[in-house]
Amino acid sequence: MSLDNQQQERRRPDWAALVIAALLMAVSVVIAWSTASHGAGASYARVGPTTFPYVIAVAFFGLSIWTVFEAFRGDFPEREKQEISPILWIVGGLAAQMLLLKAAGFSIATGLLFAATARAFGRGPLWKTIPIGIVLSFVVWVIFAKGLQLSLPAGPLEHLLF
Amino acid sequence: MDTFGLLAQGLLTALEPMNMLYALIGVTLGTAVGVLPGIGPALTVALLLPVTYKLDPAGSLIMFAGIYYGGMYGGSTTSILLNTPGESASIVTALEGNKMARAGRGGPALATAAIGSFVAGLIATIGLAFVAPTVVKMALSFGPAEYFALMILAFMTVSAAFGDSTLRGLTALFIGLGLGLIGIDLQTGQARLAFGIPDLLDGIEVTTLAVALFAVGEALSVAASKGGDSTIQAIKGSVWMTREDWRRSWKPWLRGTAIGFPIGAMPAGGAEIGTFLSYSVEKNLAQKPEEFGHGAIEGVAGPEAANNASAAGTLVPLLTLGLPTTATAAIMLAGFQQFGLQPGPLLFATNPQLVWGLIASLLVANLMLLVLNLPLIGVWVRLLTIPLPWLYSGILLFATLGTIGANPSTFELGMLLAFGLLGYGLRRFGYPIAPVVVGLILGPMAEQQLRRALAISQGDPMILVHSPIAIVLLLLAATAVLLPLYLRARGRGKVLAQLGANED
Repeated sequence: MSLDNQQQERRRPDWAALVIAALLMAVSVVIAWSTASHGAGASYARVGPTTFPYVIAVAFFGLSIWTVFEAFRGDFPEREKQEISPILWIVGGLAAQMLLLKAAGFSIATGLLFAATARAFGRGPLWKTIPIGIVLSFVVWVIFAKGLQLSLPAGPLEHLLF
Repeated sequence: MDTFGLLAQGLLTALEPMNMLYALIGVTLGTAVGVLPGIGPALTVALLLPVTYKLDPAGSLIMFAGIYYGGMYGGSTTSILLNTPGESASIVTALEGNKMARAGRGGPALATAAIGSFVAGLIATIGLAFVAPTVVKMALSFGPAEYFALMILAFMTVSAAFGDSTLRGLTALFIGLGLGLIGIDLQTGQARLAFGIPDLLDGIEVTTLAVALFAVGEALSVAASKGGDSTIQAIKGSVWMTREDWRRSWKPWLRGTAIGFPIGAMPAGGAEIGTFLSYSVEKNLAQKPEEFGHGAIEGVAGPEAANNASAAGTLVPLLTLGLPTTATAAIMLAGFQQFGLQPGPLLFATNPQLVWGLIASLLVANLMLLVLNLPLIGVWVRLLTIPLPWLYSGILLFATLGTIGANPSTFELGMLLAFGLLGYGLRRFGYPIAPVVVGLILGPMAEQQLRRALAISQGDPMILVHSPIAIVLLLLAATAVLLPLYLRARGRGKVLAQLGANED
């Protein structure tokens, strides 16, 4: 128990938790500002469309203060060390899919996401995983777009074969 | 008509060949996806929602019922063979089940889980059929003030009562409530927090949020931590239970059901307490308590039955009050809403065929699971051996597929990415996920009830405490926040932390 306390002592204050507190405060301000600037309009009821947002803004304010206290008391759990590059691969894959979806179609965009995720988990090389991902996504596209009538964007590849 | 008549009529609906097929597809897909490590019942339901988009409401809900039960079943297979604690409500099953699998008794462990789930599902679904009409009758006397109090109770029990921190539970809840504000106000048509972006006017999709938090957040978190891999226990020896196993299992099944169903049926969060309670009951009643911790079959049979019984139990508040008390139930509610159906007392009056068809198809799905799963255990085990890179690539493929299928826009995918990062952050700092999802869907409903109540009373807030029911519910909600705070301050928070499951 004493060892735990010492470890927490060293981490005090927990800077990451303070950042969270700042974010919560920012959310509180944004909600209150957005609600105030859009105006109450002609509200006939005392509890109108702005009441609930204000309540939630106040709650975020309170949670932010509370988080500051816990950050100084070291109440947040221990965190494992994280590797950044897998996160970047997955985020990059999702971003690539998002940006290419309309232009390149579902199969190519999602194939890239597939390969990037595999890369994040240490599986490669990309010249092998991208084709695998595209073929797999194409099969999925055929099943869901043709079989189940979901509206999945078609691109050059889909137009070529259907 | 009495319950039997309605249920019989529901069975007729459920036994139509097309509906049987839907149920079969549902349980198969549900089990196959639920069995994958890292995917709990909530994510299973969210990922498979797109499959049901183009079906008619009845068929889709029947498939849904199958997915729900299949996902629960698949989860327990994973925890027995792969010891992944903290994954879902089947965390207790992992305690003894994985020990049994290590000792070469994985087969009987899976069998007692499967049969126990069946027994519990059967009894609890029949329980649901009998309890639901009574709750509906009671719910009809509820005014907006009572509904509001009920939702406050659900909020507090879902977020603050369990888990390891009141602060983080409440923060997660308010993130959900804040996201719920976005979009057009239902009563006045005023846009709120939309920042002039047209895509935001319709509000945040529950399924997008759930898939992002559970699937993308989980993928990021697993990839970034490169955590220790669990080893899969091969099934050695016979899959069948011996006479001794049967003798030791049947009472825990029944006790687990008796514990799990009422807890799940309560209009409050914390459905997973049932599994913990059942575990400690079995431990106390066991003839060989020394086996606990080393693979006691009672410790699998009881909690697994309790788990399934409470899963059926959570359908009581969901169907009769429209109140989701778990993340899974919140996603099911979103599934209902995509067909413009609002679960609640009215649905029983306006659409009895659908409701009773759904309840009856739960019975059918339950039976199918038993018949399918005992012979197919080998196939499910093979699914567990999919290497992590392919597994998570596939999960993200299907996660984005669901989002694109619901709304093929760049903006929706951007939200998926943003919420995925949020989910990663929540996991990293020990925030629970379920309150965010429940807050998003229940927040706007609670606000409506509050404003309706205040409109009736012409702004007098005393209406919120005008009836004994409302007062009792609000007091319970206050207890759910304050008691854990007190317990944690006294250093008894460990028990609560254990009770807080990650999902459901």
